[in-house]
Amino acid sequence: MIKFLLEKLGVLSLTFLGVSILSFSLIRFVPGDPVLLLLGERGASPELYAKMKKDMGLDKPLVSQYGQFVGNVLQGDFGTSVVSKQPVTEEFLDRFPATLELGITALTFAIIFGIPFGIFAAIYRNKFPDYTIMGVALIGYSMPIFWWGLVLILIFSVTLGLTPVAGRLSVMFDIEHVTGFMLIDTLLSPEDKWPAFLDALKHLILPAIAMGTIPLAVIARMTRSSMLEVISEDYMRTAKAKGLSRFKVVAIHGLRNALIPVVTIIGLMFGSIITGAILTETIFSWPGIGKWMVASVTARDYPVIQGGILFIAGMIIIINLLIDVMYIVVNPKMRG
Amino acid sequence: MKLKYLTKLGIIASILASAGLFTSAHSKTFVYCSEGSPSTFNPQIATDGTTFNASSKTIYNRLVKFKYGTTEVLPSLAKSWTVSKDGKEYVFKLRKGVKFHTTKYFKPTKDFSAADVLFSFNRQRLSTHKFNKVSGGSYEYFNSMDMGSAIKDIIQIDSYTVKFVLNQPNAPFLANLGMDFASIHSSEYGENLVKSNKKEDIDRMPIGTGPFVFKKYVKDTIIRFTAHPAYFEGKAKIDKLVFSITADASVRYQKLKTGECHLIAHPSPIDLDSMKKNKKITVIGQPGLNIAYLAMNVMKPPFNDTHVRKAISLALNKKSYIEAIYFGQGMVAKNPIPPTMWSYNKRINDYDYNIEMAKKELAKSKKWAKGFTTELWTLPVSRPYNPNGKRMGELMQADLKKIGIIIKLISYDWPTYLEKSKNGEHQLLQLGWTGDNGDPDNFLHVLLGCSAVKAGANRARWCDKGFDSLIEKAKRTTNLKQRIAYYEKAQKIFKAKAPWVTIAHSITHKAFRSNVTGYKIDPLGSDYFYHVDIK
Repeated sequence: MIKFLLEKLGVLSLTFLGVSILSFSLIRFVPGDPVLLLLGERGASPELYAKMKKDMGLDKPLVSQYGQFVGNVLQGDFGTSVVSKQPVTEEFLDRFPATLELGITALTFAIIFGIPFGIFAAIYRNKFPDYTIMGVALIGYSMPIFWWGLVLILIFSVTLGLTPVAGRLSVMFDIEHVTGFMLIDTLLSPEDKWPAFLDALKHLILPAIAMGTIPLAVIARMTRSSMLEVISEDYMRTAKAKGLSRFKVVAIHGLRNALIPVVTIIGLMFGSIITGAILTETIFSWPGIGKWMVASVTARDYPVIQGGILFIAGMIIIINLLIDVMYIVVNPKMRG
Repeated sequence: MKLKYLTKLGIIASILASAGLFTSAHSKTFVYCSEGSPSTFNPQIATDGTTFNASSKTIYNRLVKFKYGTTEVLPSLAKSWTVSKDGKEYVFKLRKGVKFHTTKYFKPTKDFSAADVLFSFNRQRLSTHKFNKVSGGSYEYFNSMDMGSAIKDIIQIDSYTVKFVLNQPNAPFLANLGMDFASIHSSEYGENLVKSNKKEDIDRMPIGTGPFVFKKYVKDTIIRFTAHPAYFEGKAKIDKLVFSITADASVRYQKLKTGECHLIAHPSPIDLDSMKKNKKITVIGQPGLNIAYLAMNVMKPPFNDTHVRKAISLALNKKSYIEAIYFGQGMVAKNPIPPTMWSYNKRINDYDYNIEMAKKELAKSKKWAKGFTTELWTLPVSRPYNPNGKRMGELMQADLKKIGIIIKLISYDWPTYLEKSKNGEHQLLQLGWTGDNGDPDNFLHVLLGCSAVKAGANRARWCDKGFDSLIEKAKRTTNLKQRIAYYEKAQKIFKAKAPWVTIAHSITHKAFRSNVTGYKIDPLGSDYFYHVDIK
């Protein structure tokens, strides 16, 4: 186990090194000068331009810029945003809870609907319900999120008036941000507790649907194929032969075994849901890291882009590591 | 029974009230759906309108202000001023009894005075100032308006009199003092922050004298302000001001429709028609203080030939662009400054669209008479002065083909576009400008002066000694009549030499709920909330 962990940690550090080089160099290969961008149409005298470059540390050779970046990161300093002049770590931590809250809700939505849909489709294999569910799942999988988000807003917010258009909380609620998770913060608030909580929940519905649609489709398809495999197993026939009810056969004997690959997919999907937040957050004015990263790329805010990518990559790497460790814990055969 | 009924009613009412559905008649909250997050709350270190709306236009005042809805310079924190005969000394008499904001993080004990003026300007101009290096220490706007080299010294004569000494007479100086970077900060607050070793807080926890007090900012989400009760011009009509940050224009429109915002930033031109049909929404428009132009790089042949430049000016059908690109929401430009600006020369004749004349003009150039192939850079982003550069490029391509000029359309992403064109790598280039302070110098000197060739903002790279000496002279005198004469003459030279094709001035639109009163479009592109009210 220790050997395994050491091996994994070695791979992990190498991956981090790779990500740091990529995040540092990619944005620098993209043309565009952050100094000029800051000045817009205005331009600047060569002296002022040189001074600003120096202030941002962009006058040094790339290798020394990278060395400094890595050195600072190892000391826990991810740099300072060129635009907001705030530390990148602080900026990230301020926004991450919003993304996590939305991600968890979207994934919950995808699981709650995706698994039953998959089971249903498997049971009625090659029949009308199967075709309908798989057809809808295919559409869901191919849905452009930006367009889908706007359609949801038009139907549920503008036409039916059921949900708010965008944001995390109505402006009338002035809630202290303690944890950064709106559902928790509203409940911690001394006043307007429940109305604010309900309001926050309402704000979550549409972005969670928009963000959860693709994972829902993937989970439904994965559950279906995994269920189909399980259904033909001997133990399922045995269970049926024992005279168990159809529900018990499917839910207890079938689903439990079919879920293993589904759980893996869900774990992996958590990483992609964080990166997939970019579109959803933009359309729903959701103040998370997706929107933050888009803005920083447009502004060529190098420290934010580098730091942000490192954080996100780090999280995905750690999630993958946890999944690997969980496999070992669950399945001793893999320890060899 | 009755008691039970009343209790029920009470419960329902309290639920409704807590849900905010009953808003008190005494508390008016105005919601502005802004387009992005402010980069800071200190306009001295910012360059973008989003930050200015959230800081200088709400929290701060300056020595002078622009009359609401115009660019006329009026007294603000300075109640009057005198200018010395040589135009090098400006003495400002300051207003007494002006209160700084009282917040959770600062309780002022002193009123606004000369010390605050020195504190605010010296941070930007003196490297020895205690706050000069705070938050990166670069003051782009202050420097790009040449304020550092314009100001020789600032002297406090007494607590309520300040003298600015300039190196050279500089007529636009007064208008510059109305700009965002010239906002006045509290020196007392600064001293407190030095003592508590929290100097950075001056840029994120602002204290000003303006109509609104900063209350709270939740990143990328919301900014809350309350009306300044002791504001020297009287308390604002609204009690609370909320910026609800909404990046997408179509989402902002939906929020306006549902009443989640009272006013939205930058409505999309495509939505305007549908907005106008909605009775609950009011749309107003006004020519913006801007210009869209096609710069011809005079340092590269064939654009060093005036005949070629004139031929191109004659060959472009600008009226058709107004219809196709601006959907009628713009006007053809004939001068490099907008018609609402003083000194605009009405007597100038534009190069009206005429293919035959264009061909004749091109023929005069001899070497290029049969036409040539060149590149035209199209604007990669939608800007207030040009909503669709690519489409405009295609129309220009078709127009120029008629006189034998074959155009290859090229574009880069916005930062690259600015960088490459600053270096003069282009031949024909679409760009534009939105004014900062309503002074013609801010267009003619910044975009067409010889010094701007080196700085990169003069994209035509055109340096005409006659034109340049006129705009330099106009800068050095405070006599308005004389300045007008200089600028009118300069516009004549500009038109004769044709370094740009002046394309259009776009119309700025604002959309708000119909129960909003008192809102006016600012020609300089900002949003002011002091005068607004909700019916």
